Amino acid sequence: MPAEPSAVKTPLYDVHLGLSAQLVDFAGHLMPLRYASETAEHRAVRTAAGLFDLSHMGEIFVTGAEAAAALDYALVGNLSALAVGRARYTMLCAHDGGVLDDLIVYRLADETFLVVANAANRAVVGAALTERAAGFDAAVEDRSDAYALVALQGPDAAVLLAAVTDVPLDGLRYYAILAGRVGGVDALIARTGYTGEDGFELFVSARDAVAVWKTFEDKATPAGLAARDSLRLEAGMPLYGHELTAETSPFDANLGRVVKLDKPGDFVGKAALAAQAATPPGRRLVGLVARGRRAPRQGYAVVTADGTPCGVVTSGAPSPTLGRPVAMAYLDGGVAEEGLAVDVRGRPEAVDVVALPFYKRS
Amino acid sequence: MSVPEELRYSEEHEWVAGLDGESGIVTVGITAHAADALGEIVFLELQPAEGDTVEAGESCGEVESTKSVSELYSPVTGEVTAVNAAVIDEPKVINDDPYGEGWIFKVRIADEPGDLLDATAYGKLIEED
Repeated sequence: MPAEPSAVKTPLYDVHLGLSAQLVDFAGHLMPLRYASETAEHRAVRTAAGLFDLSHMGEIFVTGAEAAAALDYALVGNLSALAVGRARYTMLCAHDGGVLDDLIVYRLADETFLVVANAANRAVVGAALTERAAGFDAAVEDRSDAYALVALQGPDAAVLLAAVTDVPLDGLRYYAILAGRVGGVDALIARTGYTGEDGFELFVSARDAVAVWKTFEDKATPAGLAARDSLRLEAGMPLYGHELTAETSPFDANLGRVVKLDKPGDFVGKAALAAQAATPPGRRLVGLVARGRRAPRQGYAVVTADGTPCGVVTSGAPSPTLGRPVAMAYLDGGVAEEGLAVDVRGRPEAVDVVALPFYKRS
Repeated sequence: MSVPEELRYSEEHEWVAGLDGESGIVTVGITAHAADALGEIVFLELQPAEGDTVEAGESCGEVESTKSVSELYSPVTGEVTAVNAAVIDEPKVINDDPYGEGWIFKVRIADEPGDLLDATAYGKLIEED
């Protein structure tokens, strides 16, 4: 996939070149797909620690006396109930309930929220938040270009980070954030991630990106988007554009719990989402484990024993941890889970339906 | 990316060795450039078995990596005389040694090979990729 000349270089671009990364155009950014072996990168995150450049993600700040109220109206979650220093996984939905992006919102102070958007949706999220905050005493500012985001993920992440930070990590819970110094630079340290492992996401000034990366480069394995995708798939985490789209409701994706219908006041999409909550969704997101060696891929049909299409794969890849290909797929309503196969380029390949996630850290 | 001088190449990124040999049997594999672009190869399906014939430019299998699936094309026409069972069992060998242990099949060529590229032309093709 040749990169467009217009693709944005992250502050770590030269570091990636120095590590001989294979760079690809991902949502308009030149990002490392892999450095050497994506399977080795994946295993490093499961067994030790991996280091990711996530500077393509969007950092949008919502501030002001009514910032919490504006987010309650704009998003499906109850953000005014979020304690300072905590994070929440939530969604921006359209009026019809379709998902425009899935987000993590951090409350940095009473009147300061950091909304982290997917790179491809950064503009959509910024525009929607601006429009939806219009009636509130709240300001929306996209500061993505000022920030770099580096993720340190894996069972060794806490030990590696503790050695170079001044903040006590024992008190930093999962889905919490605090400000501190990391390797001599100012950072927002969040205990969040997208790999199924313990780990941290470090928001730093773009000019400090290389310094914070170099702090960990020799101790953690640099890992690219390929490993990130197989890790999140094993952990059963949805990816926008795959499991989640504007045509998907949170309920389809088994994520109805993030829709807080009982929060005070109205919010965008509430009426449609309330109706969906009352009616079971016609389809459901399931995990598939292939019996053979062929991986189900996005867009492949799920078929019944007699070959009738009954669903579609949203993500699929060989799972380094399970040693077999795994996939997430939407199954049509009422379809029995026995005897299913995926149509792999014209040939049915048997799959078993399993509960998500495929992998859970012990 | 290495492009060995002595080999010939198809535009679909297969290599052919032994075209000048007297046996008329050539060895076929996929190039380092293709293997690298695919990523880690996890599955190789070869449709023809020993004794079957392949046609230049026709699909004769599939190469599946962690991220994608690609067709495998035969760069020459003729009878398959050997299939590398080792790469069927362990396809990652293709990533590790595409021009050596990672060879895929051998063909007794029936026709003059058509538009195969020399190393210079193939090197130029992948530069432009």
